[in-house]
Amino acid sequence: MSSTATVDNLEIPAESRLNYLNASYGIKSWLLTTDHKRIALLYLVSITFMFLVGGVAATLMRLHLIEPQGALVDPETYNRLFSIHGIVMVFFFLVPSIPATLGNFLVPMMIGARDVAFPKLNLMSWYIYITGAAFTLYAAVTGGVDTGWTFYTPFSSNYSHSAVIPVALGVFITGFSSILTGLNFIVTIHKMRAPGMTWFRLPLFIWAMYATSIIFILGTPVIAITLFLLGLERLLHIGIFDPAVGGDPLLFQHLFWFYSHPAVYIMILPGMGVISELITAFSRKRIFGYSFVAFSSMAIAVISFLVWGHHMFVTGQSVYAGLVFSVLSFLVAIPSAVKVFNWTATLYKGSISYQAPMLYALGFIGLFTMGGLTGLFLASLAVDVHLNGTYFVVAHFHYIMVGGAVMAYMGGLHFWWPKITGRLYPDAWARFSALVIFVGFNLTFFPQFVMGYLGMPRRYAVYPPEFQVLNVMSSAGASVLAVGYVIPLVYFIWSMRYGPPAGPNPWGAKGLEWETPSPPPTENFEEIPIVTEEAYNYPQLPEVARG
Amino acid sequence: MTGLLQTGATAMGAVWTAFPELHPPAASSIAQGVDKLYFFLTLITLFFTALIFGTIFYFMIRYRRRKEDELAGGPHEHLPLELTWTIIPTLICVVIFIWASFLYVRNSRPPKASMDIFVIGKQWMWHIEHPEGVREINELHVPVNTPVRIIMTSQDVIHDFYIPAFRVKKDALPGRYTSLWFEATEVGTYHFYCAQYCGTDHSKMIGWVYVMNPTDYAAWLAGGSKTESMADAGEKLFTRYACATCHLSDGSGRGPSLVGLFGKPEKLLTGESRVVDESLLRQAISVPNSVRLSNFPPIMPSYQGQINEEQLLQLISYIKSLGSEERKTSGK
Repeated sequence: MSSTATVDNLEIPAESRLNYLNASYGIKSWLLTTDHKRIALLYLVSITFMFLVGGVAATLMRLHLIEPQGALVDPETYNRLFSIHGIVMVFFFLVPSIPATLGNFLVPMMIGARDVAFPKLNLMSWYIYITGAAFTLYAAVTGGVDTGWTFYTPFSSNYSHSAVIPVALGVFITGFSSILTGLNFIVTIHKMRAPGMTWFRLPLFIWAMYATSIIFILGTPVIAITLFLLGLERLLHIGIFDPAVGGDPLLFQHLFWFYSHPAVYIMILPGMGVISELITAFSRKRIFGYSFVAFSSMAIAVISFLVWGHHMFVTGQSVYAGLVFSVLSFLVAIPSAVKVFNWTATLYKGSISYQAPMLYALGFIGLFTMGGLTGLFLASLAVDVHLNGTYFVVAHFHYIMVGGAVMAYMGGLHFWWPKITGRLYPDAWARFSALVIFVGFNLTFFPQFVMGYLGMPRRYAVYPPEFQVLNVMSSAGASVLAVGYVIPLVYFIWSMRYGPPAGPNPWGAKGLEWETPSPPPTENFEEIPIVTEEAYNYPQLPEVARG
Repeated sequence: MTGLLQTGATAMGAVWTAFPELHPPAASSIAQGVDKLYFFLTLITLFFTALIFGTIFYFMIRYRRRKEDELAGGPHEHLPLELTWTIIPTLICVVIFIWASFLYVRNSRPPKASMDIFVIGKQWMWHIEHPEGVREINELHVPVNTPVRIIMTSQDVIHDFYIPAFRVKKDALPGRYTSLWFEATEVGTYHFYCAQYCGTDHSKMIGWVYVMNPTDYAAWLAGGSKTESMADAGEKLFTRYACATCHLSDGSGRGPSLVGLFGKPEKLLTGESRVVDESLLRQAISVPNSVRLSNFPPIMPSYQGQINEEQLLQLISYIKSLGSEERKTSGK
């Protein structure tokens, strides 16, 4: 990809050059910024804070579960802990994580644009996010909510004595930030690509962001409506979910999962996009099967809307509905498998190096593979009857959400950190933390598969003593995992002041974002680049050398 | 390849039997069928995990960067490969889907001759009632080798009745009946749980299933603190609410005769044809106008809120017993 105009600028040290970080100073210059890169950093700080909140709740839960009778808190508090953990991690960390931070930073840079299509909407979406988060945190601090992140009726509507409405309102509000981000990305990707950046020259991260944005704008309104109805029901008892007056409590589950299953793909698709970037950069190769990887993202986005009923196999849903949702759930697994095979094949005859981002990427492939395959158990009707509602489900979705989405987020953060800050972090520490996270993660969640198959239901504050060994293993793993997450926090902060300058392209990676200085100037590119080649067009050995 | 799979299966089978603590007891007629599929899925998972991890590790070592200026080689597209790894997983998924669905459909149909036991979930206990009138809390006594159908509902929020050893689970929903069935095959004591989060003491909503020899079960039933059978209790309610004013047994009343009604298909005013089962009777008592028969006037009042869940089950038990042999001989 050629951009001759910026090249002269590249070697000037970051300190003496004007960039988006030192272009203006003061709190106002951040809070009123419309620069997509600064907004990405606003999001980064906010979601890191929310991750810590959710993480502390998880740590307390795992400590509590060391003993069958509960080591720490009463059941009422435990229920509030797992509810806030789920709500914060899903709605306030995982959903915005990659799109709002890396996506905001990279979408314009990767397509050769100076900003997103609607910079003011972009800032507004951050304020909406903060407002929603404030509502939810306020409710969590002043009494908490005990419905779980799923808010099932009629418990949430008629029986819970906790702050359901403020929390649901927080989630409701935050949904609009997702919608605006999705809208912004779709318009940006359609209208603002640099000359020569055709659809099939787009980095796969952009395809993933595009697919995610479609789910954002089609799915999020449904959760908004659902939570709105829940609020009406709780306040005015209109009866829509109340069987005593002819309502249907299962209707809530249909509506909830109509959004929340696609939301799972909101969380994992961006991660898949990141992995495609990392694998190619660290094996210096074009992605294997570009169009298959790109279209599998779109296939996932479409099919994800048709599988919600697999959360309801044991609710008394009709056998025939169960069959349809089961076959569709198997179908949605295929594009994910195709991606895994293509990533693996990309490594073939590559020139592979093992800096920290690559370790995260490889960890992602392994853990996502296990998460995906264990999903087949839950799509299998007869087996799901046994496993539904047990720790097997908890283990499965943590392999996807933490082993998948969070690993990808960490990998992406490590990959683009030098671009974002202009500084390098200590790679040895980063590799060490990737390893600690991988080990800690497996120790935490693998025992939960066994626990679930043995029949231990999820969301239990106390449990029969025969499950103690597995629970202690899981809690031990969680403490390792926590250490693994704290280490990067330390060296990232350290690197902002003491890290050596990164230079424009420390990894020797392809992509427009690497052709501009680090940190980039406010306008991203001095001159809009003209794209003349495919994505990931690394120089290769001549054809004859193929074995 | 097949040899490798076979070795894997054998090794896993050995691990399976050597560590009984890795799997729950299999104490019902369907448990082994479910376990076989679970075993197959585990095998598939191990195979593909090993394949992916193995390939990645091999490539990691084989193609590690040896010189900074090294170039990569290799193709970046290969249609036959893409088709291979799309079609093979699809075929495997088809096999699993058919296998799992076959089991599911079979497991969801109770045998004709099953005995009924009624379960009412409420925050935070399980109330269980046998047709003979014996009541228990958080305990369920059943005879071995006998198909048992659990008909359940909830008095408040959604609960879920889950017996891991039998591999069965079903939500207990407010305002309607759901059911599951099992045939216990091993005498013993097994956990049952609430598997749908239902509030503060969700995790204390657990109990024990006692699977007994038929003679022990009969003795237990006889020794229970029962007052009268559910149908007898239902008959009293039938009288108390003066149901017989309209529901005359010879069919000449203002409402349909209930004798021999249960289990028969009936054509509703909406044109829909439905078999008269517990759910239909429940609906007919709670919201009568929603299930009208064509040739009767809409004059029945709703009994929702007047009759509690237990009484509703008793009334239904009584209606079920109408027209059965024992009722006829007792002159009702």
